[in-house]
Amino acid sequence: MGNILNEIGIENYIFLSVLLFCIGVFGVLYRRNAIIVFMSIEIMLNAVNLLFVAFSTYHQDAEGQVFVFFSMAVAAAEVAVGLAILVSVFRNLGSIDIDNLKNLKG
Amino acid sequence: MDTNLALLLLLSPFVGFLFNIFLGKKVSRGVSGTIGTLTVVVSFLLSVCFFAQLNQNGKPFEISLFDWIQVNNFKLDFGILLDQLSLLWLLFVTGIGSLIHMYSISYMHDDENMHKFFAYLNLFVFFMITLVVGSNLLVMFIGWEGVGLCSYLLIGFWYKNQDYNDAAKKAFIMNRIGDLGLLIGVFILALNLDTINFIDLKSGVSSLDKVGGNQALQWAALCLFIGATGKSAQIPLYTWLPDAMAGPTPVSALIHAATMVTAGIFMVTRMNFLFDLTPNVQHIIAVVGAITALVAASIGLLQNDIKKVLAYSTVSQLGLMFLALGLGAYTVAVFHVITHAFFKACLFLGSGSVIHGLHGEQDMRKMGGLRKAMPITFWTMMISTLAIAGIFPFAGFWSKDEILMTAFHENKVLWVVASIASIMTAFYMFRLMYLTFFREFRGTEEQKHHLHESPSLITIPLVILAILATIGGAINFPGSNWLNHFLEPILVGKHEEHHLGTTEYMLMGVALVGALVGIALAYSKYIKQAFVPKPDAEIEGLSKTIYNKFYVDEIYTAIIVKPINAISNFFRTTLEPALGKIVFSFGTVAYGIASQGRKLQNGNIGLYLFVFVLGICAIITYLFIAQ
Repeated sequence: MGNILNEIGIENYIFLSVLLFCIGVFGVLYRRNAIIVFMSIEIMLNAVNLLFVAFSTYHQDAEGQVFVFFSMAVAAAEVAVGLAILVSVFRNLGSIDIDNLKNLKG
Repeated sequence: MDTNLALLLLLSPFVGFLFNIFLGKKVSRGVSGTIGTLTVVVSFLLSVCFFAQLNQNGKPFEISLFDWIQVNNFKLDFGILLDQLSLLWLLFVTGIGSLIHMYSISYMHDDENMHKFFAYLNLFVFFMITLVVGSNLLVMFIGWEGVGLCSYLLIGFWYKNQDYNDAAKKAFIMNRIGDLGLLIGVFILALNLDTINFIDLKSGVSSLDKVGGNQALQWAALCLFIGATGKSAQIPLYTWLPDAMAGPTPVSALIHAATMVTAGIFMVTRMNFLFDLTPNVQHIIAVVGAITALVAASIGLLQNDIKKVLAYSTVSQLGLMFLALGLGAYTVAVFHVITHAFFKACLFLGSGSVIHGLHGEQDMRKMGGLRKAMPITFWTMMISTLAIAGIFPFAGFWSKDEILMTAFHENKVLWVVASIASIMTAFYMFRLMYLTFFREFRGTEEQKHHLHESPSLITIPLVILAILATIGGAINFPGSNWLNHFLEPILVGKHEEHHLGTTEYMLMGVALVGALVGIALAYSKYIKQAFVPKPDAEIEGLSKTIYNKFYVDEIYTAIIVKPINAISNFFRTTLEPALGKIVFSFGTVAYGIASQGRKLQNGNIGLYLFVFVLGICAIITYLFIAQ
């Protein structure tokens, strides 16, 4: 395990993570399709997961990997709920464009 | 074993209450009434057992059920004390209670809520037993409040009539005023003595008196007496009792004649060691009692509602008992309580029988001539009337005579007042009898047609009570004085027995002649001159004042109720809106701020997300800068 890090270097993992996270952020901010927004959020989540695993190996400490398992389990639950919401939004509005979701206006 | 029996004695009516309140609707009326009655009979039989045991070995029976309150030095058990006084009370509470339950089975058989009636009656008996057997003032207070509650429930039993509801509320509120007094008295004692257990109080009070705590004791005694005036209907808190006649007649008999109203006398007798040390308060008690006896008797002279007459006579008799208490003659008061319970329960049940026979008519102007139609009711009521009037040899003669004798020895003025009250009693009671049972029937033809003697469930209790009213005096004949000796252990003060001398015989003679004069006056007015009280509108002059109860209710309304109403109105129409404006102005400001903030919630998810990311960036930046 240590070899891989030696060959590639921790900083590359960090760059990749940051890149993925930024892609996610911009995806969330620019896209109007709710499913794409949703996928972008997943990308951000996984960017963080990647960072966790990388540091876990770097520090020779399994705790970070354990944490990732939890975060993946939670992400799975979140996806299930989120998609269910999207389905019912689609049934009600006939579209999943987030600009149409203005019912929560105060 | 004894503990279990004592608990059964206490809880049996409560079981009856639970049964009737939860299951009463499902079973038939007869079953509901029978179970209600049986649970009280069980208590009565157990009381008799305990009484026999106590009479044999003379040892009071005391148990502590559990530690109740423990604060600093102040410790309190939840305990039961069965001594001479409480057993005596138990006997007639449960005994007369059983008879009245039995009577109610028949009296209430048409009522759709009969199970509720029995539930309340049972609950009442339970609380009355609690009141009597409590080993300290606080347990007694539970019962004290409980009987007040049941009184409220039962007076307002026919809740569809608003007048009855008002009477119930009046009784409850009047009682609450007294209860507050009682509670303050208990607090004063607890504060000064660190105990409110009767047995500890007995020694505590006298030692406190020796170290100069008499002032506190006087206040305590006065407050306790205020409590007694509420429950036992003395001036100034007596006005609820006559109105309480709104309840069904068995309730009037049970609560407002035989048991609950004697709670005040019970309490004062229980605390006799305290009252003996405070002669000033005793003096107040005696005077209040005598005035109450006189005022109530004079109001009773002109009432036309059969139950109202009896109600005022109850107030008047209670006044006589308080007179005896105030003069330190506790056994005499207890004696009169017992005989009064017999004949007054009988009178009320008899009047109930009359009302039952006339299908709800209570106005004596529309009665008359019932002697032939209702012979058993007539004779039992006649006996009780002779007893209450103080005619030899019925029970009331002995007890009332003892009170008069005591008053004669202690204070001649009070004796005169009490004697006048007794003469009035004889007059209005015979007025009641003459108007109800003699001469011609004055009601409608239809009522006349339906006149009938009441069924045996009603007449049997009447007969039993009439027998007791005849021979009840035997428990304390001058000379044998069984009651005096029996109560000796619970009394600390001086102990008087009237030795029968010439004076005593003369006093008896005077009392008897007075009663006969009262009867003769009633006879000449209502039989010979065949006088029937006028309709309400034609009454005038002094009679009108008396007929309207000296306008006491109106005076109370004017000086207490009206000002309170005025203050409430002021608060409601002026103060509350003003305060409300201040409070609402906070709300308005908050609303204004919120409506600005609301604009941010424009429903544009893109914006939300943007702000959200911006926020995260800001936090991260801040964290970096902070480090």
